[in-house]
Amino acid sequence: MSENRMAIRQVELEVLRYNPETDDEPKFQRYSVPCKNEWCILDALNYLKDNLDPTLSYRWSCHMQVCGSCGMMINGEPKLACKAMVRDYAGVIRIEPLSHFPIERDLVAVADDFMAKLKRVKPYLIPGEKRSLADGEYQQTPEQLARYRKYAMCINCMLCYAACPEYGLTPKFIGPGAISLAHRYNQDSRDGGRDLRQEEIATNEGVWECTFVGACSEVCPKHVDPASALQQVKVASTVDWYLEHFMSWVKK
Amino acid sequence: MSRRPYLREVSRTAWFFKRPRYLRYMAREVTCIFIGIYTVILLVGVYRLSQGRAEYEAFLMALQRPASVVFHVAALAFALYNSFTWFNVAPKALPIQVGEEFLPDSVVAGGHYVVWVALSLFILFWAGVL
Repeated sequence: MSENRMAIRQVELEVLRYNPETDDEPKFQRYSVPCKNEWCILDALNYLKDNLDPTLSYRWSCHMQVCGSCGMMINGEPKLACKAMVRDYAGVIRIEPLSHFPIERDLVAVADDFMAKLKRVKPYLIPGEKRSLADGEYQQTPEQLARYRKYAMCINCMLCYAACPEYGLTPKFIGPGAISLAHRYNQDSRDGGRDLRQEEIATNEGVWECTFVGACSEVCPKHVDPASALQQVKVASTVDWYLEHFMSWVKK
Repeated sequence: MSRRPYLREVSRTAWFFKRPRYLRYMAREVTCIFIGIYTVILLVGVYRLSQGRAEYEAFLMALQRPASVVFHVAALAFALYNSFTWFNVAPKALPIQVGEEFLPDSVVAGGHYVVWVALSLFILFWAGVL
C-alpha cells in the first residue's frame, strides 16, 4: 500500500443533530475525525460513531451504492455517504439529513411520504396477458429490455426528492423517483398496467407538478435520469389527451 | 418513545439562490417573459397595420427609439438563451431508440438546431430579406 493511501488527515465534520426527546430544533455539532485517504463520508461517520460519539444516528447498510439507505446532504448536495469520498472535500464538511424530508433524528430522514407515494404508483409488473405456469415464462428481447433498463436501476435512495425544488415547495407532488418507477413498468413489454398508473401520475400531483428543473437527474447516483422519465410521461399523456378529445375513433 | 419529526421550512421566495442549478433553471424560465413582451409588440404592430398606413409608419418610427432598440437587442439575446437551453434538454423528452441503443443526445438536439436554422432561413427568404 502506498504511503499516500495510508496517510491520515484530520477532517472537520459539521453534523446536524436533532434529538426529538430533548431538542426543539436541530443544531450543528463539530467533530474532528482522523480520516484515511480512501475513506468515503460513511467511513468517517462510522469512525465518529464508534470512537467519538455513539449517540449519532444515521442510516446505512450495504456500503456499496446498492441499498440506497445512506442518502444525506453533504455540503448542500444530496449524496450517498458511501459514494462521496472524503478526499474530494476541502475544509469543513457539512453533513445534514436529506432536504425536504422531516428529520426523525440526527441524519435520519422520515421516508414515510416517499413510501406511500411509491405504493400509489404500483411499481410492479401487472401482466397484460395472463399466462399459466404451463405457458412458460414471459419472454423479452434485448431491445424491449433496453427500453426500460435505465429506470430499473433506481435504488429508492430519495436523493432526487432532496434535489427537487418542486417537491420542497409542494410536498404533495408524487415526485421524480416514484414517477420514474411507474414509467419503468409502463415501458415494460410484459406489463399491462399503464391505465391504472396513469390515474396517479398523469395528474396535477403527478407529472404536471414537474417544471423540468432537471436537478433529479443531476444528483441520481445510479444515472436513472428521472427528468427524462417524467418528460416522456408528459409527452405520452398529452398524446393520450389529443387522441381522446380529437381522434376518439383511433383505438389506443 | 414517541416520534416528533422536525420539518425544515423551505423559503418560497429565495430557494433558487441555494444552488447554481436552480438559478440556471430560473434563468431559462424567466427569459421567456421577454419573448412574451416581444410577441405583444408584434401583435400591436399587426393591429397598427390594420388601422392604416400612417398608424403603421408611426409604429415603425416608435420601434426605432433607443429604448426600443435596447429592448429588442436584449429580447433577442434572451430568446436565443431560452431556445438553446430548451433545445439542449429536448433529448430528455424525446429519446429515440434504435435497436438496443438510443441515439446520442447530440443527434436529437442537433436535429432541433437544423430545423430551427432551416425554418429561419425559409422565413427570411420568404420575407425578402435574403
